[in-house]
Amino acid sequence: MMTILGIPTQALFGQLLLGLINGAFYAMLSLGLALIFGLLNIINFSHGALYMMGAFVAWLALNFLGLGYWPALIVAPLVVALAGIVIERTMLCRLYKLDHLYGLLLTFGLALIIEGLFREGYGVSGQPYSVPSELAGGWNLGFMFLPIYRGWVVVASLVLCLGTWYAIEKTKLGAYLRAATENPTLVQAFGINVPVMITLTYGFGVALAAIAGVLAAPIYQVSPKMGSDLIIVVFAVVVIGGMGSIMGSILTGYMLGLVEGLTKVFYPEAASTVIFMVMVVVLLIKPAGLFGKGA
Amino acid sequence: MTLPPFVTSRQKPFILALLGLGVVLPFAVYPVFLMKGLCFGLFAAAFNLLLGYVGLLSFGHAMFFGWSAYLTAHAAKEWGLTPELAILMGVALATALGAVVGWLAIRRQGIYFAMITLALAQLGFFVAVQAPMTHGEDGIQGVPRGHLFGLFDLADTMTMYYFVLAVFVASLLFLYRVVNSPFGQVLKAIRDNEPRAISLGYEVSRYKLIAFVLSAAFAGLAGSLKSLVFQLASLADVSWHMSGEVVLMTLLGGVGTVLGPTVGAFLVVAIQDFFAGIGSWVIIIQGVIFVVCVLLFRSGMIGVLAPWLKRRGITG
Repeated sequence: MMTILGIPTQALFGQLLLGLINGAFYAMLSLGLALIFGLLNIINFSHGALYMMGAFVAWLALNFLGLGYWPALIVAPLVVALAGIVIERTMLCRLYKLDHLYGLLLTFGLALIIEGLFREGYGVSGQPYSVPSELAGGWNLGFMFLPIYRGWVVVASLVLCLGTWYAIEKTKLGAYLRAATENPTLVQAFGINVPVMITLTYGFGVALAAIAGVLAAPIYQVSPKMGSDLIIVVFAVVVIGGMGSIMGSILTGYMLGLVEGLTKVFYPEAASTVIFMVMVVVLLIKPAGLFGKGA
Repeated sequence: MTLPPFVTSRQKPFILALLGLGVVLPFAVYPVFLMKGLCFGLFAAAFNLLLGYVGLLSFGHAMFFGWSAYLTAHAAKEWGLTPELAILMGVALATALGAVVGWLAIRRQGIYFAMITLALAQLGFFVAVQAPMTHGEDGIQGVPRGHLFGLFDLADTMTMYYFVLAVFVASLLFLYRVVNSPFGQVLKAIRDNEPRAISLGYEVSRYKLIAFVLSAAFAGLAGSLKSLVFQLASLADVSWHMSGEVVLMTLLGGVGTVLGPTVGAFLVVAIQDFFAGIGSWVIIIQGVIFVVCVLLFRSGMIGVLAPWLKRRGITG
């Protein structure tokens, strides 16, 4: 068996792959948070709960409607985006003129409600969700065994993240979005419907979280707690990266996933805390975050 | 700068009436419930010093509350210290943690401040999960209450109650004194217009840090008392749920008021006791209260009562 620094390559690459997958979820969630924060000035605490909801919609669709993984990949983000649009139109839209902190408090309350309702309905233990048959099995790459599904998650998340980046940085719609982030009043004066744009941005942001939830369902179990465990780490990722740049959010997400994976190989005790430690170091060296501007 | 008198003549009867209520209430209401309310009232008052008077939303106060509870419980149980020394150790730890967390977190403002405190508290939570001292999921159970100053047996519920009440009243008076001091005036100036406070020559970060450490110390005091009252320190005390609960208590009672957080704490504790044991409804109801408070009652219960209190000259 091959080893690197005394660690079997199989274990090393296995953990790195797992780290990359975690990083994919961090990237997709922090990307959505950054998009929403840019336009709504709200840190969406319910992002984790909506990610969990995405996974649950997939699980419910499979068990009650017989809808498999591939349809769920479309249905779950649509359902969650719809829920997000309702939340934005009925509640968040009343807060834009207030201190940003109220948005955080309101979405925290929503996260408690959503998580509580799913706990009430389905208990705290996880529900299994099996890997779709097309992606079952794995390839032996020589230096490691690659489960096809995990490879698919990395590729799918990369395509989604880069697609979002392209849409925002290179298309006309994205230019409107960036302009509205800079100066909504002026963009509105040019005849662009900013309120609708805000609603759709929130819907798109939470849909990304929901897709992440569906992708995560076969890897982790579907449980009401999966969102709150994740969101706090994603907040640390956001503090590390800063919310100033889309590409920054994506890179920071994958990078920290890899750091976490490496820590699991070399010093497993610190795996759950390493991202917070990185945050402390970044705060000391560059308080605005790696890609951040201002305070 | 002229400051309002510490207690006005019209406030005096109101305060004495509240004190009297505190003394007689345990004969009518279950004392353990009252002690729980007082501990969380103190916790919320400490948290409110930051949110209400400096405008800083900490989402990580469970770290100070929970770790202080752990150290007090450990000192009383394993080292056999008397309760006042055990509490002192807990408060010292919370103060030290507050200095470190505050020093890191005040580098950023607003929403980032909230996220940093939340993340650091989560770090504290994971340490508590792994450290042998905390006994993981079991927590530190059967903490002896001991004899206060070697004289008063706190195992007696009524003695414990009056001890908690005394600490609570003294702490609230101290916090009230702080926010009505020249120091407190500077804090409010920072809350209302930070750039202006800076341009007037105040070292804003130092004021923020002192307020943060004070707040952490009193949150720790609340946690220490709680671990003696319930003879238990557990992971629940350091979890993000606890950080959220103290935000809820303060928001529900009234941010930036002296008594609001205590009112909110008693309400939240009453809701917890009432709905305990029926599934996840406590969490759902807490979420609903958050949403309703933010959308409709941003000034909290005390804010709703404020016009009445003002008419009577009880608040300024």
